[in-house]
Amino acid sequence: MVLTAEPRNLASRYDVVIVGAGPAGMAAALGARDRGAARVLLVDREVEAGGILLQCIHAGFGLHAFDEEITGPEYAQRFFEQVLEQDVDVLTDGYVMDVASGGRVKLMSPSVGVTGVDAGAVVLAMGARERTRGAIRIPGDRPSGVMTAGLAQKLVNLDGYLPGRRAVILGSGDIGLIMARRLVLEGVEVVGVFELLSHPSGLTRNVVQCLDDFDIPLHLSTTVVGIHGRDRLERVTVAPVDDDRVPIMAKAWDVDCDTLLLSIGLIPDAELARTVGAQMDPLTGGPVVSGTMETTVPGVFAAGNVVHVNDLADWVSMEARVAGDGAGALATGARRPEQDIRLLPGDNVAYVVPHTISSDRPHTVSFRVRRPIHGPTLLRLSDVHQRKVRAVVPAEMVTLKVAPRLLEGFHGDVLRVDAIPATDDRAGEDPS
Amino acid sequence: MGRTLAHDVVVIGGGVVGVTLARVLSRYHLDVVVLERDAEVGFGVSKANSGIIHSGIHGDPATVKGALEWPGNVGWLRLRDDLGFGFAQVGELLVALAEDELPTIETIEAQGRRKGVPGLTRWEPERIRRAQPNLSREVIAALWAPTAGVVNPYEAVLLIADNAVRNGVTIATEQPVIAIDPPDPADPGGPLVLRTPTRALAARYVVNAAGLYADEVARMAGVGTFTITGRKGEEYLLDKRLAGLVTSIIFPCPTATSKGTLVTPTFDGTIMVGPTAEATDDKDDTTTTPEGAAQVFAAAKRLVPAISERDVIAEFAGVRAVADTEDFVLGATARRGFINAAGIQSPGLTAAPAIADHLVEVLHDEGLALREKRDWRPRAEHPVRFAVLSTEEQAELAARDPRFAQLVCRCELITEAEIVDAIDRGARTLDGVKFRTRAGMGRCQGGFCTWRCLELLAERCGLPITAVTKRGGDSWIVCDRSDAAEAPDPTAEAPGTTASGIELAAAGVPADGG
Repeated sequence: MVLTAEPRNLASRYDVVIVGAGPAGMAAALGARDRGAARVLLVDREVEAGGILLQCIHAGFGLHAFDEEITGPEYAQRFFEQVLEQDVDVLTDGYVMDVASGGRVKLMSPSVGVTGVDAGAVVLAMGARERTRGAIRIPGDRPSGVMTAGLAQKLVNLDGYLPGRRAVILGSGDIGLIMARRLVLEGVEVVGVFELLSHPSGLTRNVVQCLDDFDIPLHLSTTVVGIHGRDRLERVTVAPVDDDRVPIMAKAWDVDCDTLLLSIGLIPDAELARTVGAQMDPLTGGPVVSGTMETTVPGVFAAGNVVHVNDLADWVSMEARVAGDGAGALATGARRPEQDIRLLPGDNVAYVVPHTISSDRPHTVSFRVRRPIHGPTLLRLSDVHQRKVRAVVPAEMVTLKVAPRLLEGFHGDVLRVDAIPATDDRAGEDPS
Repeated sequence: MGRTLAHDVVVIGGGVVGVTLARVLSRYHLDVVVLERDAEVGFGVSKANSGIIHSGIHGDPATVKGALEWPGNVGWLRLRDDLGFGFAQVGELLVALAEDELPTIETIEAQGRRKGVPGLTRWEPERIRRAQPNLSREVIAALWAPTAGVVNPYEAVLLIADNAVRNGVTIATEQPVIAIDPPDPADPGGPLVLRTPTRALAARYVVNAAGLYADEVARMAGVGTFTITGRKGEEYLLDKRLAGLVTSIIFPCPTATSKGTLVTPTFDGTIMVGPTAEATDDKDDTTTTPEGAAQVFAAAKRLVPAISERDVIAEFAGVRAVADTEDFVLGATARRGFINAAGIQSPGLTAAPAIADHLVEVLHDEGLALREKRDWRPRAEHPVRFAVLSTEEQAELAARDPRFAQLVCRCELITEAEIVDAIDRGARTLDGVKFRTRAGMGRCQGGFCTWRCLELLAERCGLPITAVTKRGGDSWIVCDRSDAAEAPDPTAEAPGTTASGIELAAAGVPADGG
């Protein structure tokens, strides 16, 4: 499997240039081609397209996109084959340095040097990055052996090395859970997973299959409060936390380990969005986007984890198709749909994407809840639409589909999204 | 060992004092060696300090450290002109928060004037607020000293060391001195012999710039006349978005042991608060602590109320080398040829150029002949900083060498060519590459570039990846698969499922979408 295809001749002008060839970028390329964009360029900073999918060698991808469960690299390969069939130019080992107003994209790559191409529209699909030790301020030494779970995943799955021999994992995000299992399979001792919150951050099924099935202890309401080791990590101090998440130092204990993996969350890697002047949403950490996934900078679209951190790659691909479609339409001269309705997060909703929608077409509205509701839950879009689900947890993204017919009787300009316990039978289960 | 084989000067310690002295010595016809115990120069106190070049007003001129503060400041301007490292003369504001601090300001101002520090001005509250609107309203008076500056101390040490090497100095790393043999009794004027675990070097003159361990080195030479204790300082760096919160270094009125907690606009544009000043028995104790953080932020908020511990993005600690005399220990000793440059606590970074000049005089007085080279090259050859170049310059570089178009660190936009250059200039560790190039210092803290840096270090240094370290010693980064504690038998039953089926056992289950 080789996911590279250097363009023989980089054109000087493209209808759509896409930054990042992960699940978002590849799907955006297909969306743009479907919409009639003739020349599409996909740029990725790695030597192969695929993004983080390539290091996700576990299964669990493709259930929605392909009705079949496959691994990350397989998922990438399927999209990449379509990308090549669609005659999309792919520049790997390339990096987009800047997007100037007017659509001039500055990029660098050993094959083309530092150069510029003109773009009718741009799709930002840079994905997310992991939060690091600096974000949570653990006092103590600064030895080697402390790294993010995603970096460890790359070292093990792509490069063939181990991050250490005895590991502690801080944070129960999905990457951390999956790495706990991976490390055990590689012969690394995993002492335990420590989670500040009183509930796991990752999907329940990952807790079962990655921890329970391997007898890896999960310590909830417990966190790492000290890092020790002059050269290499030697041990960490962990402590339970009280209801306000303040460590109870009197109950702290030490755990010997040479490796501490951090799985403490993802942040949209949206620096380029910020640089081009797109308005940012402090709730998501990504750019504000319209129903076609266009940012507040005309002609610059964004999709996938750079907008908001998704739980599944499949959702990323679907969202990115919308962005590619929007970018392709704009680049081929279509008019921009009027964004006449704003969406606002309401009760128990952490954020909503997109931020605005148009009443001329169907939209998928994605959001996450703040607190789990362990029972029937009403997902409500003001008084125009609602859907009942069995339960909601912050680890799983939830969606509402909004068809134009639902908005026929609506004349306002703001819709509020709530996720509240269902107290009666007002709404039936939404078949979608 | 014949006398002719002895090195003229061996400097023990590749910190700012050691390399600055070596560079000054490199202008003469001398055989100079620097022995550094760590994997790279500048990895000790020189890497972990406030990065402040003091204005010159703080030290009592009756002390050695006080007397060398102002000439040191002037020396940094010269070094900057020669070597072009980042140095910004941002000035300092020494502030009084209460009436009873006014006499301290007066004393320091008078001291500064005695030492000839130019530009000292007393500021009234209105002027203070105009210049630094984010300072506390409690500030009632301030002394403005425009000569204070900020440097990136690590960058400076590297450029000084590079330039010394260009002019013929040898720097040997991972060479801790473990013994010093006195001269052969048959030749009492002969060289001292320095022993490291792997080498023995004869030296006509030895300069002890061993920082925190200078007392041990002096004892090895039989002249253990002082002791060094550690005084730890914790520093906290705040988010870049707070850049401009203060534009000069803000000093509170000092206490007996410390200049207090400062608020510093670093050369890189971040705000740094600290340091603490805690005695530590462990000279290598560079831990940050919740107590230290609490102390720093309580003090910093008194100066600049908008500062919050929530904005911390990085923290570190350094240990000051404090002699029992509380002053620099500088000069010749009872052991002929053995010269101390010890106890270099604050303002050691500031004073370093003056210390180096002073030591050259001492060496000369002790009989070292100083014959100037005609071909001394004081100017540095600068590493390229691709990120700050114009597009045209970037394109030109990339056309010449495609490695300039190969991205390694995306947060700081560092190219492969820059990493390779750093390694060619002596980077041997991940930290060495990071501090030279900034690769790994950005938002993702090395998540993206670590592997590529490891590969390049391994490739250029001829090492296996597993031998590359974060900063030398036992700070390995990755190990081989065969090093795992106990590789499981792939045919054995894993709990609940077969090992071979585990990766695919998630039927019907969405997993991590990355």
